[in-house]
Amino acid sequence: MASELRLSRAGLEAPFARRVEELSGENPYACYQCGKCSAGCPFADHMDALPNQVLRLVQLGDESALSLSAPWVCASCHACGVRCPKGVDIARTMEALRVLALRKGITPAPVRPDRPYPQIALIGAYRKLTP
Amino acid sequence: MNEVTVFIMGKGYRVPAGLTIMKAMEYAGYRLTRGCGCRGGYCGACATVYRLKGDYKLYGDLACQTTVQDGMYIAQLPFTPAERPAYRLEELQARGETLLALFPELARCVACNTCTKACPQKLEVMDAVQAALRGDIPGVADLTFDCVSCGLCTMRCPAEISHHHVWQLARRLNGAYLTPRAPHVAQRVEEVRAGKFKGELDRLVAMPKEGLVAAYKARDIEP
Amino acid sequence: MKTIAYFPGCALKDQARADETGTLGALARLGYEIREIPRWNCCGTVFSLVQDDLMRHVGPVRNLLRVQAMEEEKVLTLCAMCYGTLARSAHFVEDPERLRRINAFLDPDAYQGGVEVIHLLTLLRDEVGYERLAAETRRPLNGLRVAPYYGCVLLRPRPFAVDDPDSPAAMERVVEALGGTAVPFPERTECCGTHLTVTRKDVVEERVGRILRSARGGGADALVVTCPLCHFNLEERRPAGTPDLPVLYLGQLLAWAMGEDDPGVASLVGRAAVSSEAVR
Ligand code: SF4
Ligand code: SF4
Ligand code: FES
Repeated sequence: MASELRLSRAGLEAPFARRVEELSGENPYACYQCGKCSAGCPFADHMDALPNQVLRLVQLGDESALSLSAPWVCASCHACGVRCPKGVDIARTMEALRVLALRKGITPAPVRPDRPYPQIALIGAYRKLTP
Repeated sequence: MNEVTVFIMGKGYRVPAGLTIMKAMEYAGYRLTRGCGCRGGYCGACATVYRLKGDYKLYGDLACQTTVQDGMYIAQLPFTPAERPAYRLEELQARGETLLALFPELARCVACNTCTKACPQKLEVMDAVQAALRGDIPGVADLTFDCVSCGLCTMRCPAEISHHHVWQLARRLNGAYLTPRAPHVAQRVEEVRAGKFKGELDRLVAMPKEGLVAAYKARDIEP
Repeated sequence: MKTIAYFPGCALKDQARADETGTLGALARLGYEIREIPRWNCCGTVFSLVQDDLMRHVGPVRNLLRVQAMEEEKVLTLCAMCYGTLARSAHFVEDPERLRRINAFLDPDAYQGGVEVIHLLTLLRDEVGYERLAAETRRPLNGLRVAPYYGCVLLRPRPFAVDDPDSPAAMERVVEALGGTAVPFPERTECCGTHLTVTRKDVVEERVGRILRSARGGGADALVVTCPLCHFNLEERRPAGTPDLPVLYLGQLLAWAMGEDDPGVASLVGRAAVSSEAVR
């Protein structure tokens, strides 16, 4: 993540932030960075940026959010969304980032099942992690 | 002569009405070395896609079985690149998870039904994918009995499933492990082994050609 | 007999077949005539969370369309993930424009909207009711200490929560009605890691370890789940040193209590009887 923060109107109106908002249906600017989402996320330990930090990058129009591992570790459990005092369902923002990345050809490691899995696991993995 | 205009790979030709797409292509001067086999609707080699004027639908059909229509835009699909992992039937088990283990991408099906719409054999292709997904091997074998492996569904599937290879595996597993054995076949095999037909066969092998021809002509023909 | 449309989903027709048989048997004893949706297709297991991905809703909506064709108003699921995708897609197409575009795919039929999606747990709570459940129990669970694990899909996101997302109680009440002792535990509403089981085993193992330790810490003899994927993860992704806690599907408890066969529950209840006698 960027260590230095540059605020600019251009960043705030970045098409990237708008696109994420459009796709997710969630307003990234509603977030005031309280961090409740990250505190409650059962997967935060495995993420390279915490959910509130991911949201911050989106607010700043910073497309490096697309190269984070965090969205791929997010299991869409919505623990963040039910806790957010501002009503942002961050799981949807995470999905928008996954979808944008996949549509741009940025993919996580390919899904290569190493044993027979129940359908329910495979279907979920392919749907969330492959274009 | 009653003629229609068809567009083959984008080029227009006047061809006699009533021809099949395959014959129309030959009439137009194409020599088919791929994308043509039995000419009888069985081999699935002649998969073809086309559109009709004023119709948004993309049709898929067998060139040897489909009559040309005026204003048809035609392209052949002589080969479908499709993934088929290597397997040895003897080493597989006829269990639901076998299909999914070899073709995990079955789990990508979004149930859009595009495959069903593409199938020239009018199979319920999506139902077969769904049966495969839930491990119902006899169900898949049953639903795909008439598949000619043309690959049209495979080319249209947004989930990138290699349908016909899944069907083939399911039918093989079904045939090898799940279909009840026919006891009379086993009995006949035993009889053959025991030499029941040896005398007659030896007699035929030793027979001169004229005798064979005469015997052939005089054979009992089933009604 | 009350009829109800039923969407099984892949798991209940494959690796969890025994759960289906037992659960449906119990529901029949409770007066339900189960009508499986003809030619149902996969629900998609995970709900698409973006606004423009209409293709992902075609499958779930096709199932709702088939429920409509059966002239039923409700559809029952036994799997939490099926509940999640079907209920959320049903809601997604309440928007007429989205419905119109999805219906264009379902041509020549059209879904009219309005099918209600329910899960076994809500059926037991809202339709059968805890009292009747207790009254119909033929083989009480003998005080077996069961930890209800909700995971995510039945509780989140909020509009589709079958119970209070922070402090749910429905499964505890069902366990008690069937004669068991419910053991609530801190991790009961936390996600098991779902599909990450395919690509990030490490992450799921860490989750599963926490969940099982938390349940054991509460003194549970078994864990009960509503989802076949939770079931798989909680059994197959145990890191070394995890408490050896049996995992049961909710329908298994129901089946056994209503008098259906379930060897898994039978052995546990046997043990519980012995230990509760020892306590007395
Ligand atoms: S199932 Fe697929 S490969 Fe088989 S005949 Fe139909 S379209 Fe062709
Ligand atoms: S075309 Fe592919 S994704 Fe669509 S229903 Fe057929 S198998 Fe499934
Ligand atoms: S050539 Fe064999 S099916 Fe058409």
